[in-house]
Amino acid sequence: MIRLEAISRTFVVGTEPVHALRGLSEHVRPGEYVAIMGPSGSGKSTLLHIIGCLDRPTAGVYRLDGETVSELDETALTAIRREKIGFVFQSYHLVGRLDAAGNVELPMVFAGVPRGERRSRAAAALEGVGMAGRTRHRPHQLSGGERQRVAIARATVMRPAILLADEPTGNLDSAAGQQVMAVLRRMNAEGLTLVVVTHDPDVAREAERVVVLKDGRVGRRLTGSELPASGSGK
Amino acid sequence: MRLLDVLGFATTALLRHRLRTVLTLLGVAIGVMAVVALTALGEGARRYVVDQFASLGTNLLIVLPGKTETTGGLPGFGGAPNDLTLEDAEALRRGVPGVRRLAPVALGNETVSAGERRRQVPVLGTTAELAAMRRLQVRFGRFLPAGDLGRGAPVAVLGAKLAGELFPHESALGRVVRIGGWRMRVIGVMEARGTQLGMNMDEVAYVPVASCMRMFNRTSLFRIVLQVGAAAELDAAKRRAVAILTERHGEEDVTCITQDAVLNTLSGILGALTLALAGIAAISLAVAGVGIMNVMLVSVAERQHEVGLLKALGARRRQILVVFLAEAVLIALAGAGAGLAGGWGLVAAAQPLVGALHLAPPPWASAAAASVAAVVGVVFGVLPAVRATRLDPVAALHGR
Repeated sequence: MIRLEAISRTFVVGTEPVHALRGLSEHVRPGEYVAIMGPSGSGKSTLLHIIGCLDRPTAGVYRLDGETVSELDETALTAIRREKIGFVFQSYHLVGRLDAAGNVELPMVFAGVPRGERRSRAAAALEGVGMAGRTRHRPHQLSGGERQRVAIARATVMRPAILLADEPTGNLDSAAGQQVMAVLRRMNAEGLTLVVVTHDPDVAREAERVVVLKDGRVGRRLTGSELPASGSGK
Repeated sequence: MRLLDVLGFATTALLRHRLRTVLTLLGVAIGVMAVVALTALGEGARRYVVDQFASLGTNLLIVLPGKTETTGGLPGFGGAPNDLTLEDAEALRRGVPGVRRLAPVALGNETVSAGERRRQVPVLGTTAELAAMRRLQVRFGRFLPAGDLGRGAPVAVLGAKLAGELFPHESALGRVVRIGGWRMRVIGVMEARGTQLGMNMDEVAYVPVASCMRMFNRTSLFRIVLQVGAAAELDAAKRRAVAILTERHGEEDVTCITQDAVLNTLSGILGALTLALAGIAAISLAVAGVGIMNVMLVSVAERQHEVGLLKALGARRRQILVVFLAEAVLIALAGAGAGLAGGWGLVAAAQPLVGALHLAPPPWASAAAASVAAVVGVVFGVLPAVRATRLDPVAALHGR
């Protein structure tokens, strides 16, 4: 499904080139749950952005469902983001002036889904993350865990094939984090391909595979159960 | 993305910063209000002048003694012009083609008294036909008798205000007034008319032209007013009138004014003035546009995260452009709406203060002001909106 071949991404900071990714290759199959770990600056987020078509590789080939994404123009990338990919961010990125339902409707608004259908789909998505009772709450009236569940509802309401999550539990206490992960796990069980960037070994342990990045390359590949127990490093 | 959704999304963003939105909108509102109010004033002035002239009657030719155009001669030489006489008036009636009505006019100031009450007023000597030409209406009795050019009967017709002041408790009709040393019987009282060309017609005493000339010992008329059947005949009538009087006087010493020419010129000038006022007021709309741009740039900068999010959700560039542009245009349109309401309200409120001037905001000015405001919203909204679409999604999401 996701096929990355020799992906490099170089930023220029000032006059210095910074190599965020250096010839990384990876393959994610449909329905997989993959965790990406690694120290700060190892290129985790950059990798996630490239998979999510928010960023483009400087070199290498990225194929998504057989389509060579790295050759597509901005319009086509926008369509892929809209139809195939959902994003969940560490800081939720909910629109503060819209209530939970309004936030979940947002991607459908831009996709041109009619109002009535939007309402029912948003309600169903919020119910799916256990937020049925709080659809009229604005983000500042919700706890962090609730906000992240609204964000997940928003990311999945367009029924994407892939959900990309960048530190989804990074701002949450462990109880809220576990609730969020339970939601993600269930969605994965229903067939959603899940790629999660995380520092948290407890999160990564639930994944089928863990890819540990180091200096822009794949350092180690593990299964979730091979990770050391909680509290013993990143 | 549907229009309603675009407007809804833009509205929520604007409502988030109510004070900022209202202040920006106020700039547009003031501009639109200025256009409405100033053009109302200009158009009111134009209509006032046009109405004043129209109320004097149409297709009029006015003959004045003396030549107002420079002839190249030394001033003071060439002497006083010849008198404009009743005989001249008769000659014009006979000789000018297409004359329908004609009235000589003599004018003086005299004290009019009835018992102890006295008023210093203009005394206007003329004939019966003036009333029809100048559209003067008689309220009681009748106007000056017809066919009384040379005789000068001892009768007078009083303006409405003059009659009321001299005879506050009774009808003036049939009473005798003194005008200077002359006793005149009041045969008519005019309808209230207001000011015509600077003269309050309600204070005038009308007497037969011959009486007036004797009263003031005048040899020359103040002017002769002719009315022809159609505007097309005015030029020929004017040429013929000047020719007749030149022949009678031995030199060209009269001035002929056609009222329509004066009217058209004045109307044109005042119309242009109104347009200029509208233009000046419209400048403030451009200034308001700068305000919109400023606020939208701030808004885009503040909402980088949101732009990044919209891009991550798969919003097209054009959709992001439209959403931000819609905010600018909504501010402009709301401002235009407030400005129109304010402008028309201001005009209605100011109307009692200006009295005779009928303030009339021309519809074209309101339409133009609203359109210009909308265009200003688009023009000044484009740059911030384009800036939003150009944001790099990754950088925008992380607030870099």
